Amino acid sequence: MSTTIAGPPAARGRRRGDVRGSGRLAGMLLSPTVIVLALVVGYPVIAAFRESLYQRGEGLDANGFVVQGDKFVGLRNYTDIFTGPNSGAFWNAFGNTTFFTVVTVVLETVLGVTMALVMHRAFRGRGFVRASILVPWAIPTVVSGLLWRWVFQADGIANAMIGRQVLWTTEGFHAKVAVIIADTWKTAPFVGLLVLAGLQVIPREVHEAARVDGAGAWQGFWRITLPMVKPVLLVAVLFRLLDVLRMFDLPVVLVGLHKDSVETLTMIAYNEATNLRYGPAAAYATILFLYVAAVAYAFVKLLGADIIGDMRQKRTPRPAPPKKKRLTVPAEVAA
Amino acid sequence: MASISTIARGVVAVVATVALAAACSSGTSSDGGASAAPGQLTGRGPITLAQGKDTSGNVQNQINAWNKLHPKETVRLVELPESADQQRQQMVQNAQTKSDAYTVLNLDVVWTAEFAANRWVSPLPKDQFDLAKFLPSAVQTGVYRDNLYAAPWKTDAGLLYYRKDLLQNAGISAPPKTWAELQTDCGKIKGADCYAGQFDKYEGLTVNFSEAVDSAGGTVVDDQGKPNVNTPQAKQGLDFLVQGFKTGLIPKEAITYQEEDARRAFEKGKLVFLRQWPYQWALSNKAPKVKGKFDVAPLPGLNGPGAPTLGGHNLAISSFAKNKATALDFIKYLTSVDTERLNLVASSEAPTLASLYDEPALQKKFPYLPTLKASLLNAKPRPKAVRYNDVTTAIEESAYAALTGKMTTDQALAGLQSKLGQLIQP
Repeated sequence: MSTTIAGPPAARGRRRGDVRGSGRLAGMLLSPTVIVLALVVGYPVIAAFRESLYQRGEGLDANGFVVQGDKFVGLRNYTDIFTGPNSGAFWNAFGNTTFFTVVTVVLETVLGVTMALVMHRAFRGRGFVRASILVPWAIPTVVSGLLWRWVFQADGIANAMIGRQVLWTTEGFHAKVAVIIADTWKTAPFVGLLVLAGLQVIPREVHEAARVDGAGAWQGFWRITLPMVKPVLLVAVLFRLLDVLRMFDLPVVLVGLHKDSVETLTMIAYNEATNLRYGPAAAYATILFLYVAAVAYAFVKLLGADIIGDMRQKRTPRPAPPKKKRLTVPAEVAA
Repeated sequence: MASISTIARGVVAVVATVALAAACSSGTSSDGGASAAPGQLTGRGPITLAQGKDTSGNVQNQINAWNKLHPKETVRLVELPESADQQRQQMVQNAQTKSDAYTVLNLDVVWTAEFAANRWVSPLPKDQFDLAKFLPSAVQTGVYRDNLYAAPWKTDAGLLYYRKDLLQNAGISAPPKTWAELQTDCGKIKGADCYAGQFDKYEGLTVNFSEAVDSAGGTVVDDQGKPNVNTPQAKQGLDFLVQGFKTGLIPKEAITYQEEDARRAFEKGKLVFLRQWPYQWALSNKAPKVKGKFDVAPLPGLNGPGAPTLGGHNLAISSFAKNKATALDFIKYLTSVDTERLNLVASSEAPTLASLYDEPALQKKFPYLPTLKASLLNAKPRPKAVRYNDVTTAIEESAYAALTGKMTTDQALAGLQSKLGQLIQP
């Protein structure tokens, strides 16, 4: 700990005199990373955007052959998405994607935190509970999609349990419910796992101190546990947001590809791409990309402030301010 | 800042796949590939056969037999994923990168138009195949604009599976030939649902919808290739299914059925009649509840026997492949009488050569062959469309909307007619 504190002043002293040399060195040292990122991140994004400005020939010549050749159409693929004949499908998918994101992330966060609290407690068979809670997360999505399809089929377990015949995989709100249940089942453990990691680094003394100061169980959770686990929880929620916004395999396997009730943006993009309309497919993907980026940015701005900074702060606490009440420690972390 | 770049990195996975496809497709913008003129199948040497999973293992056997006879022109089997969509996708990608990795393509009957119109497959010399010996309906599935692009290899058509024990108990001597008879028969049988097919929103619905329309004397797309689905006959066909759901002739849960769900329901004894492919014959004869208690008949129709929809697989040669002369010989070998006979025995997949259906030894082993042959002679292809995927999606949308009561049959068919008009170019 003392070394990390000693580090910065020394670096600060050097920075003024050696700006040029160290800058160039830093640039050189970073360049492989930058090049790799440009290749694997930058190029695909730009290529997809470029593709989204083109349309493939679909017309047939007199002999019935497809007239080959891509033509530049400017932003028409985009305007078609918002206002063209299929704009209804887009807005439907946009609504579904958003709905799934909000509902599943809320459910998964609540369940995940609960699971983490359970897993964090010391009791007999804790290892077994931890392992079993993580099983759904370890199962590939397609397989869990098939499993749930089996559960939700007409003569499946779900109907046997509720004692009514609901045709889950047909169009309608129940199909959404099926997807939400399956997705929550699968990914709440992920949130749980990350939150558990966060819980384990909270020093026991903080809880003990809170108890000495007279905090009850609820107060302890609300004022100590939650603020201290917040940085980790935010990362988990952010990951879930990014993931669920591009949900694809679960609704496809569980309910089916062309079911409007569960069609998401990635499913439309996939459908366009399978039908060789790469331009519109790329346009859908670009819009989804922007949407995901906007949601993530808003999330970070509104809730997280500075996720990485928070973590750093927690790992290298400044020399403790001499006279402060103990209970303010978590408040500082949360700030 | 750091957090933003983390986000960017996470998000890129979304775009990466599409971008990859984009990178592939930009290669196709130049000239169109191989010419359409037949007779350019030259070159001899090793080739590949690209197809879905060889579930029976018999394709590999037949390749081994070929390789023994042709050590310099060996064939290697390239197994593609099990799902038909993914097989098509890989073959399309192979064509778009103009790769010579796949030589002979095992095409689903509905892909012929798309592959031919995009010049992804070479035309086959018609005169080198004795097409008269094949089932005419199967041959038609390999033809696009009067040129043969794919040789008929395996065929398929829907049959009416029925519980002969239940019919006998009710004093019914023969399976129904019309929908009205089917309904009357069911009135006499208690304790089981009447009829089901495959009505989930997927390719099976297109098949079942087309069958209903064709069996009522209508068409989805006529012989000239024009959509003509907004007709009284088509309405009667669709109405049979819609009314079936409404009156309980078809159980409600059949709207979720794909092939295997329907088979399970039949094997549990829940159904008297089931529209199903021939593959179920062998499987149901192992199911304890219905073993030996069922038989097959041609599908019923409005005023007489119905018209099943054709399934099956054909063999084509990729335009971008090498050693096409070998490929042609290999296709001739696979579609020869002896090979098709062996394949039927080993895999129970229906052959395309008409004579095999009449061989007594085979009929003994597969008692449904005469019924299947009669069905196949009466069978209708699904619409031949370059944009078949869009066509089938449009059909599924309309049929599903009608079956679930979201639209009347009139609305559904009128909507479908106008959609198909946009999708299918004459």
